[in-house]
Amino acid sequence: MDFTQTHFELFGLPQSYALDRGKLDAAYRELQNTVHPDRFAAQPDAEQRVAMQWATQVNEAYQTLKHPVSRGVYLLKLQGIDALDANNTKMAPAFLMQQMEWREAIDDARAGKRMAALDALTDDLRAAHRRIEAQLADLIDTAHDYAAASETVRQLRFMDKLIAEVGDVYEELES
Amino acid sequence: MALLQISEPGMSTAPHQHRLAVGIDLGTTNSLVATVRSGLAVVLDDEAGHSLLPSVVRYLASGEVEVGYAAQAAQNCDPHNTIASVKRFMGRGIADIDDIASLPYRFVDAPGMVQLKTAAGVKSPVEVSAEILRVLRRRAEAALGGELVGAVITVPAYFDDAQRQATKDAAQLAGLNVLRLLNEPTAAAIAYGLDNASEGIYAVYDLGGGTFDISILKLSKGVFEVLSTNGDSALGGDDFDQRVFCWMIEQGRFAPLSAGDARLLLTKARDAKEALTEHTDVRVTAVLSTGEMMDATLTQAAFNAMTAGLVSKTLAPTRKALRDADLSIDEVKGVVMVGGSTRMPCIRQAVADFFKQTPLTNLDPDKVVALGAAMQADVLAGNRAGDDWLLLDVIPLSLGLETMGGLTEKVIPRNTTIPTARAQEFTTFKDGQTAMSVHVLQGERELASDCRSLARFELRGIPPMVAGAARIRVTFQVDADGLLSVSAREQSSGVEASVQVKPSYGIGDEDITRMLKDAFTHAKDDMYARALNEQIVDAQGLIAATRAAMAEDSGLLSADETATIEAAIAALEKLIAGPDHLAIKRGIEALNAATTEFAQRRMDQNVRRAMAGQKLETFG
Repeated sequence: MDFTQTHFELFGLPQSYALDRGKLDAAYRELQNTVHPDRFAAQPDAEQRVAMQWATQVNEAYQTLKHPVSRGVYLLKLQGIDALDANNTKMAPAFLMQQMEWREAIDDARAGKRMAALDALTDDLRAAHRRIEAQLADLIDTAHDYAAASETVRQLRFMDKLIAEVGDVYEELES
Repeated sequence: MALLQISEPGMSTAPHQHRLAVGIDLGTTNSLVATVRSGLAVVLDDEAGHSLLPSVVRYLASGEVEVGYAAQAAQNCDPHNTIASVKRFMGRGIADIDDIASLPYRFVDAPGMVQLKTAAGVKSPVEVSAEILRVLRRRAEAALGGELVGAVITVPAYFDDAQRQATKDAAQLAGLNVLRLLNEPTAAAIAYGLDNASEGIYAVYDLGGGTFDISILKLSKGVFEVLSTNGDSALGGDDFDQRVFCWMIEQGRFAPLSAGDARLLLTKARDAKEALTEHTDVRVTAVLSTGEMMDATLTQAAFNAMTAGLVSKTLAPTRKALRDADLSIDEVKGVVMVGGSTRMPCIRQAVADFFKQTPLTNLDPDKVVALGAAMQADVLAGNRAGDDWLLLDVIPLSLGLETMGGLTEKVIPRNTTIPTARAQEFTTFKDGQTAMSVHVLQGERELASDCRSLARFELRGIPPMVAGAARIRVTFQVDADGLLSVSAREQSSGVEASVQVKPSYGIGDEDITRMLKDAFTHAKDDMYARALNEQIVDAQGLIAATRAAMAEDSGLLSADETATIEAAIAALEKLIAGPDHLAIKRGIEALNAATTEFAQRRMDQNVRRAMAGQKLETFG
């Protein structure tokens, strides 16, 4: 295993935020088909161990590239930037205001047990998520503005947390 | 695909004969064994023509053990010594079992896992399960005419680490080589998917005797990718029986029941439930040993009303699984029904209403898991060539560590594809702190005390530093069976500790050895001869595989490296001729160690070839 290889190189993909999901999935399937421990269950221990290491690495790389936040964090890390550095919490006031509004909307839907409101919120949050992803692609791939990209990655992470909170409320209201 | 097939690892060894492998569905109520014969998966019957083996074990004072129908028949007359639904106790403590008061067994509280007092002594659920597996192993060996290379054993997808480990231990105790622990819904998906050449998103709804699982899978070009799984490892057909049982007590206004009468009513309750699958009402009668009696009619409507809460208890995890997979109901192309309990009309209706489509029931829900497991066993044993499928499964519950204040820090979130590894760094909180206790947890709850405790271990010998200066890296590795191992390492000093997450429920290697001894004495088997034979077979297999690999990829080794491996082979060959199975085992380990680097280079080469093929396909 070549540890100097990037996740993008591993899957034979260009190093960019914009991602051809079909190509990533196909390359992932091909790699797991080759390295998965199930392919070596009848083989000696040494080969089984190597297979587990490889399959673990391929899964890790796939998950990193598949998820919008972790892909952003990873690309910035390749540029030597820690986007999630605890000391770096800069965030546009407008975004924070919007966050607070969404959070209130979640609380209202929860208190009023309004499923339809939750459904509408989910759609809004997903749309916002997609918008931020597009911005991030622009900042990393075209503008190469990594400082702005770091902040955008953190915004995306906020969105993930909000969407997860909505999920928790669904769960609570359904039970 | 031609490029790929050249490097197909399953084909790298010399041509061999068909290797005998089976799939075993170790169920709460019934168990089955299946195999692939001439390319077709078939369930193996016993001499009397039964496919199902009731998962019931009876211990007699003589030391004799009855398993299956004979034990089931004795349930009412010998309730304390006849263990049914033992799967519910695997890897579970007394506190985990809700309805303990209504069960006729004499439980013994033991660290981690309950034990049961029987006429033949105290038995662990692992030993009881091993009795069932042993009967199935013998059935398979008799039917196939030889020793098994290994078995795929199925477990509920929602089983946690303790339950999985307990299952693997039971198999080991029964003399089975576990090729893989396979999740039941995934096994069912193989049987269904390959049967119908399906593509797309499928849900597998698996309601067994004692467990409920829901799995969401994506089937694409022969890859079965589990996207999410959820469930309830203490919800199944038994609970529906229990509702009817309570209704019967009400109807008969019975005084507190004896163990025998309780068993009788439970059996009657189950018969009534099964009758309602075909009929709209059923007459239920019972006469107790006290002379008390009941005679009443149970309608399907009344049954549906008393079990509605149980049915909706399966839909909450189903919603969660869909949400975790980030999918809506409309995106699900088909719903596969698995487990005998999905025969109940109320279940079929509820699932059809929820998914807005008629669920698939064309394969026997009792057999589909065993058939899928057999197909996977055939692949893992190396009987199939390049055209097979691949399973990518997930862990059902998050894995984490206890942090300050009794909180849970998740290290690997649920629904992560396995195998997987993740590391997390922790630090000391007191100046001069030289030891750190690591508490491994499984579950979704925030408080550590609400999660399942998998293991505790201590990392000692941390060099004294100011608080916050030490860097302790804890690494979780989950293998393809879904089993966890944890290691911890202080980064600056290199102090290291690791555990197989195993002893937390009280069965250590010593216990296993003792149980193995007991089992073999009982079976009048010669443990030593068996162990020797197994090691010789393993060693021969390893030598053959190594030689084949060297013949194929001699270019990857220098002359020196070749000589080192040759020497290890020669040493092992000498050991095989001798009588010492432990020495052979060490020889196997030595040869494995000598070939590790070679195995890595071969894998690198495989990957390069696969990715080269990938590029040709992409651009071609």
